[in-house]
Amino acid sequence: MSSTPAVELRGIGKRFPGVIANYDVDLNVRAGTIHAIVGENGAGKSTLMKTLYGMQEPDSGTISVEGTERRFKSPGDAISAGIGMVHQHFMLADNLTVLENIILGSEPGRRGIIDDTQARTRIEDIMSAISTDLDLDMPVSELGVGERQRVEIVKVLFRGARILILDEPTAVLVPEEVDELFVTLSSLVNDGATVIFISHKLDEVLQVSNDITVMRQGTTVAETTPENIDRSGLAELMVGSELPSPAGRTSDIKDDVRLNVENLTVMGVEGRPAVDGASITIRSGEIVGIAGVEGNGQYELCAALLGLMPSTGTVTVDGADLTKATTRQRHDAGLAYIPFDRHREGLMLNAPLWENTLLGREDEDQFGKGPLVDAASIRAYTVDIIKRFGVLTPNETTPAFALSGGNQQKLIVGRTLTTNPGVLVAAHPTRGIDVGAQAAVWDEIRRARDNGMAVLLVSADLEELLGLSDSIAVMFDGSITATLNPDDVTASELGSYMTGAHEEVAS
Amino acid sequence: MSTTSISTPPTSISLSPRMRLLSIGLSLVAVMSVTRLWTGFDNLTSSGTIGAALRLTVPIMLAGLAGLWAERVGILNIGIEGMMILGTWFGAFGAWKYGPWIGFLFAIFGGALGGLIHAVATIRFNIDQVISGVVMNLLAFFGVRYLSELVFVGQPQGGISQSPPQSSAIPKVDVPFLAGGPVGSSSTPDALGWLEERGWFLIADLAGMTRGLMSGLSLASLIALLLIPLSAWVLWRTSFGLRLRSSGEAPEAAESLGVNVIRVRYIGLLISGGFAGLGGGFLSIISSSYYRQGQTAGRGFIGLATMIFGNWRPSGILGGAAVFGYSEGIKLVAGGSITGLFLFIFFVSAIVGLISLLRRQMRRGTTGIGVSVIALIAYLTVDEVPESLTQSLPYVITLIVLATASQRLRPPAKAGVPYRPGGAH
Amino acid sequence: MTETTTAPSGPSGPLAKILTPSRASGLRTSGTTLASSLLAVIIALGISAVMLFITGKDPVTAFTTIIDTAQNTDKLLEMMRRATPLIFSATAVAIGFKMNIFNIGVEGQYLFAALMAAEAGSHISLPGPLHIAAILAVALISGAAWAGISAFLKVRKNIHEVISTIMLNYIALSFIQWLFNSFFRDDSVEGLNIKTTIIEESGRLPDLVEGRLNSMFIIALVVVAIFWVVVYRSTFGFKLRASGYNATAASTAGISATKMTVIALLLSGAVAGLVAMQSVLGETHAYGPSATPIQLGFAGITVALLGRNHPVGIVIAALLFGFLDSTSAQLQLAEVPNSIVKVMQAIIVLTVVIVNEAAVRRTNIKTAERARAELAAGSGA
Repeated sequence: MSSTPAVELRGIGKRFPGVIANYDVDLNVRAGTIHAIVGENGAGKSTLMKTLYGMQEPDSGTISVEGTERRFKSPGDAISAGIGMVHQHFMLADNLTVLENIILGSEPGRRGIIDDTQARTRIEDIMSAISTDLDLDMPVSELGVGERQRVEIVKVLFRGARILILDEPTAVLVPEEVDELFVTLSSLVNDGATVIFISHKLDEVLQVSNDITVMRQGTTVAETTPENIDRSGLAELMVGSELPSPAGRTSDIKDDVRLNVENLTVMGVEGRPAVDGASITIRSGEIVGIAGVEGNGQYELCAALLGLMPSTGTVTVDGADLTKATTRQRHDAGLAYIPFDRHREGLMLNAPLWENTLLGREDEDQFGKGPLVDAASIRAYTVDIIKRFGVLTPNETTPAFALSGGNQQKLIVGRTLTTNPGVLVAAHPTRGIDVGAQAAVWDEIRRARDNGMAVLLVSADLEELLGLSDSIAVMFDGSITATLNPDDVTASELGSYMTGAHEEVAS
Repeated sequence: MSTTSISTPPTSISLSPRMRLLSIGLSLVAVMSVTRLWTGFDNLTSSGTIGAALRLTVPIMLAGLAGLWAERVGILNIGIEGMMILGTWFGAFGAWKYGPWIGFLFAIFGGALGGLIHAVATIRFNIDQVISGVVMNLLAFFGVRYLSELVFVGQPQGGISQSPPQSSAIPKVDVPFLAGGPVGSSSTPDALGWLEERGWFLIADLAGMTRGLMSGLSLASLIALLLIPLSAWVLWRTSFGLRLRSSGEAPEAAESLGVNVIRVRYIGLLISGGFAGLGGGFLSIISSSYYRQGQTAGRGFIGLATMIFGNWRPSGILGGAAVFGYSEGIKLVAGGSITGLFLFIFFVSAIVGLISLLRRQMRRGTTGIGVSVIALIAYLTVDEVPESLTQSLPYVITLIVLATASQRLRPPAKAGVPYRPGGAH
Repeated sequence: MTETTTAPSGPSGPLAKILTPSRASGLRTSGTTLASSLLAVIIALGISAVMLFITGKDPVTAFTTIIDTAQNTDKLLEMMRRATPLIFSATAVAIGFKMNIFNIGVEGQYLFAALMAAEAGSHISLPGPLHIAAILAVALISGAAWAGISAFLKVRKNIHEVISTIMLNYIALSFIQWLFNSFFRDDSVEGLNIKTTIIEESGRLPDLVEGRLNSMFIIALVVVAIFWVVVYRSTFGFKLRASGYNATAASTAGISATKMTVIALLLSGAVAGLVAMQSVLGETHAYGPSATPIQLGFAGITVALLGRNHPVGIVIAALLFGFLDSTSAQLQLAEVPNSIVKVMQAIIVLTVVIVNEAAVRRTNIKTAERARAELAAGSGA
């Protein structure tokens, strides 16, 4: 391995309106190595990678590839410099074959006719160099996730990439596929390529990488190697050695169980369960937080509770068995939902705010006069929500798209909490909301909880999770792997469970 | 993918897809033969019927190809009917003034013009694709009336709803030796015709069907049929075709790899319009010799159905169009005595039903038996099917086909989804 | 689960709630739509003028003839008469559009309904208003039934309603022809203009203006008003529009997409059933292949698109198209090909749809900017 680093980033900074995504980022990737970048959600990894593969330009700092300073104005520039990106969400055409996906846009051949033989030879050479094998004539839709990933890898290699960036490559793989991937990566490196991969799964990072860079809150905080650090040390670096101290949590949990989930299983892609036999019990006045990196089954869990996805197992609210109930029936039984994706699941963007408040509540007596909608009353109600939750908007008739994300979120929280639910399923309820308003929302949730509401809280914001929850369940790969006490959990403990450790003995 | 045959289960002999298709085809012809012998309904497999079927298949097939080229690029083209109408008008105009071959060029132009309007509306202005298609149909329908009023009114045999006849026709050929076509100036024996007349089980039917494809054959039909393998070749063997298909399957991925999705979509729609225009031209130049209002009679939509039923592949479109062409041919030739078809349906559905039951596919089995019972009753009780009802046959078949075919269909993944470049994530 | 709210001030009572005017931003959107539609119509007229010119006809003559027709009161009544079926047709289409469902099958639905209603009406004998109500009921049910086939095919067999409704149009023509010729035709009457048995006096709707305009026009306006109330003011209408705004959010909130689809199509078909009732109840008092007007289904689609699926827009668009249709006789006399009228209508619709789309997008951007500006200016809240 030569001493010139394959990639060197110095002082990279990038900001977006209202948010500093990267600052003072230094990265040194040695040629011919597997270099891991670890960090939580929101640590700034994706922004950094977008800069590196040419999707956007940094506000400050320099990028050097193999010693030469470069500027990337487009992914095409990055590819010319030999950098190829394998996205977490694959950019593949399902109905086209492996071969077609690989050669698209760079088809070998003369006068427009695809030279099939040439294509196959080149691809087969690449595949053998990285010790992998793919059926070139199979439509991508029939490939397993691991195989699709390898198609993406071959795709970038076909275009001459020597530095590969992989974004959370093992997020969607089963253990056997992970092993296959690591074999591929080792072959790549033996062949002279360099691999940068982003991950939050610390066991794997320690297993396969040569160097590790840790990012936290927008900047690089440490550089180390698997020889010099262990799992818990890494977790601590990722999460920060200090956890936010919960702001005086008092709780008064009653005895009656409001939500009881038993053995809930939700099927995901490829026949693998997205939620695998999860069981949760929440009592009146209790908040149970779900910790975990996004994509470990949290969405499917919530969707199944609300009847939006098919599942097996039982769901009971206040004693009523809702396993076969429709979504509307579950709402009527006291279950409420603050959705993950406010644009897709929560709002009618082109409709005025007051119609958004009405969504799902059309049949309530207070908002109707017979079969008609009582527009005046719902508008007044919306004005109340706007005042109480601090939604910044000219008035209640403003269309939802005109509000900022945070204010849209406030409206959603407001309209949900004011239904006085018995059980609230809240997915990052304060996502996008500024710090001051966040505290106000938390107070509202606490107030409702004090009145007996039970809450299932899914969040990546540790301050929120620790500040509100009475107990924390960690989800990893569809199962609940640990139940922790927010009062005395340590950063490394939480980080460990979130990244794949399993509880040894029930505690 | 595994294949199983139609032989007796539970042991299944596996055949290649081609052999399987062949054996199904032969079995169908055999059943038709039995029906023919039983009912005396000779037209089931006669060369006359097949010849008519071929003529009727081509326009539908071209409409299907029009739909294919559009949806493969990712744009729904409900306006095929309108583009076909433009094709009928422009084709007749060209044929009247300059002769049939030039007429076809005019027809393609007319259809492509419609394609361009649809493209600009949906790609540049992002109008809902279905709305644009519907408006396209109306625009074309009334547009050609206006054009007729300008051009055809006052001409011999012309008027607001029809054009003067074409100045000359494209010759029809008979294949020598097999169908009695002349070689030089001497006539040749009509071998297939002779076989057909014998009436022997299966042989006469096969002979008749083959002869139908070989006599009274228009050169234009032949060329049109070649467009099927040509489309397949372009779409699957050239760079252009691959990029075109990727624009409909995964435009973001294509864009990220340097494909100019917008430009590709424009080209796709122009080609689509051209095909539709060609199909219309067929109606006014080959199937008849002049333009007449209403000539298209919904074939644009039936073409869309063949595209769906044909699983968005040229070969499937040919197959689907052949089914419709055949049903229209039978309708034309047989008229009311179509009751023989009931017996045929009885046989086929009974066989399919029994096999499905034996294979424990309960739903398909019971449906098959149910249909066969209805068909049998229909055959025994109905003397003559009223003309007005047989008119609806192709449309009813379309619905039935669509209702039963939804399982293994594979449309282009992003067809109908509006695309804005640079809008990934 | 409900929380009491403070009572809103202002007039109470159900009527007041219906009449509460929409607020500022709502009017702004309507203003944009109106302005952009006018602009589009002008553009369309321009295109038509060019078309006339390059095909050797005089656009000035054409337009002056059209404008002259407007001076004639008789013609204005004819405008309303022609607009009546268009209003029904467009309303039927608009009901579907509100949910992003395309009911292209109005043509088949209304002709089927016309046949059934006329035939049923000719066999009933009831006192006046009841007789008419019965005929209307048959029309509503028949239209809904025919649309119901498409609803079934969509919900159970996943067949897109565009294809199924179009196929059912052709099937309807066939089926109607068979029914008519085999059973419903009145052979006792001589002549080429064959029809079903004429409905007797009690089943006839009187004219508003004798010989010129039938009371069906009033019923059309009533139906549009009901459409307005139902879609924009009722709970059901809200669910319908919510599914159109964002189907995922609607189903997350518990609104059943399947149920909405079926009901929307049935209602759409029912209203479609009324399209030919002016003819059946007020003019020919029967159904007949030459007696009952055709093409009104497709015309309804254009009127709905032009009227932006809004009740007021639909009425205006229907009147506009009705007016244009009424000019065809005059145009004939002035030696302008009167098929230009239909082409103009199609061009108008296309232009309006395009211009509207662009305008709405622009307005949305402006609205967002304005909101941000207002908040920045008044920040501190």
